[in-house]
Amino acid sequence: MMDLRELYQDIILDHGRHPRNFRKIEQATHFAHGHNPLCGDRVTVYLSLGGDRIADVAFQGRGCAISTAAASLMTEVLKGKTIDEARALFAQFHARVTGGEPGVLPEPLAEDAERLEPLTGVKAYPARVKCATLSWHALEAALQGDGGTVKTE
Amino acid sequence: MMTASRRSVCPGGFDSRQLRHEFPIFTNNPGLVFLDSGASAQKPASVIDCVADYYRTDYANVHRGVYRLSARSTELFEEAREKVRRFLNAAEASEIVFVRGATEAINLVSQSWGAAFLKAGDEVLISELEHHSNIVPWQMLRDSLGIGLVVAPIDATGGLDLAKFEALLSPRTRLVALTHIANATGALVPIETVIRLAHRQGAKVLIDGCQAAPRLPVDVQALGCDFYAFSGHKTYGPTGIGVLYGRRELLSAMPPWQGGGEMILNVTFEKTEFQDPPHRFEAGTPDISGAIGLGAAIDFIEALGRGSILEHEEALTGYGVDRLSRISGLQLLGAGQRRLGILSFDLEGVHPHDLAQVLDQHHVAVRAGHHCAQPLLESLGYPATTRASLGVYNDERDIDRLAEAIETAREMFRR
Repeated sequence: MMDLRELYQDIILDHGRHPRNFRKIEQATHFAHGHNPLCGDRVTVYLSLGGDRIADVAFQGRGCAISTAAASLMTEVLKGKTIDEARALFAQFHARVTGGEPGVLPEPLAEDAERLEPLTGVKAYPARVKCATLSWHALEAALQGDGGTVKTE
Repeated sequence: MMTASRRSVCPGGFDSRQLRHEFPIFTNNPGLVFLDSGASAQKPASVIDCVADYYRTDYANVHRGVYRLSARSTELFEEAREKVRRFLNAAEASEIVFVRGATEAINLVSQSWGAAFLKAGDEVLISELEHHSNIVPWQMLRDSLGIGLVVAPIDATGGLDLAKFEALLSPRTRLVALTHIANATGALVPIETVIRLAHRQGAKVLIDGCQAAPRLPVDVQALGCDFYAFSGHKTYGPTGIGVLYGRRELLSAMPPWQGGGEMILNVTFEKTEFQDPPHRFEAGTPDISGAIGLGAAIDFIEALGRGSILEHEEALTGYGVDRLSRISGLQLLGAGQRRLGILSFDLEGVHPHDLAQVLDQHHVAVRAGHHCAQPLLESLGYPATTRASLGVYNDERDIDRLAEAIETAREMFRR
């Protein structure tokens, strides 16, 4: 068994305790709810798009340290990104936490992907992968603009 | 340190630490502190061997062949039914229906008895303490038949509010379906009173005994309940087998639930005559090895003594409440007047999944989540909790290990 501190690195604990962009965007152009029925975790992701660029992104909800930190870090890396860049980051992040083939991102995005690296400790804990991806699934649902609830189950 | 108050022999009269040698899971997972018996109990070697031996030496289908093996198999299967009868002190073995588990037992009652005897306007009374398996089948019946589903609330202590329960009983109440012990909190429901009150109104009573059957003596005749359901795998038996007890006159009046082999007397394309209970409700080849394994589990329980198990569970529950209550920031969920075998709690600032993860690192297995009792947790104000549930193999040292691991988690997530 790996050391638990690989899963709960300081940056995860920090973002879990003090999530960034933890607020509602009143003028959100897009939003969606994420729900993990397994543990009752809920997240709402808010987006404010200017053209195809993410002018602002924030979230609210309740969840474990992993899901809260994942949402928090997600909002930090996504601000200013285009929709295509956001999706490319999600694809790579998803591959990294599920043990898939991550592929290569162009330079500026590779730096953002590095910032998400501490979350990839969940790879060793299959039951926790959904915690790390919940907010990203909600982001995708928000981009698709149906304003519904996306479930991890 | 707790060493001073630690006893090696529990008041129940058996030594849990010694008993652990009878459970191969502990040999194969050294250091395991298993506190999730409420989800499913571990199996003694006698149950595992019994199932394997049955397949090795006595296996054939039941109630069919004239050859000796089939007769032997049938005999073992029906012997298991007799063991269950004795376990519940039912009047007759024909009142014992083998099912997949308590979930199927409750669905059987709702779809057979409910569909045949309930009509729009009738009410089924459940409580806030129920597992989803004693909520959803009745909701399905409500939606198909137009019956009312009434929910008796808990009181401020987390126990069933008996006064409100009594007030919700009415001539419309046809069935009261309640848990014996709430799986999410360990609240022991005073079902003797519940049954008396319900019968006074002419309602039938179904008890979900999943958490109670492995923990305390159950006498369905003394209780006077109409149906009693439990699962084999929570009672130290195999998965895939469970029991519905139903009073004979009720089962006899109930239509078949599933059609197929085993449950018929005579079949033509025009008409089928059905078997009497219990076979009427056991269509198809049953889980023969599961039933026989459950019989072995009952032998195991009875050899320990059900009174002894109850004493053990009570003592260890008390120790757990005492030990966990001393952890700062830990809030035990209320369980009314009496709590048995289950400790459900919230640790301030630490999500149950994070807590369970840290506990797992310390080889302490607990459940984190809503425990299939979302309405109850909602009512108590928690989306999820951490739950430690006890079995015969647990002792004070397990509780100490749990408490120490909780302290570690608290340090780790300290704000």
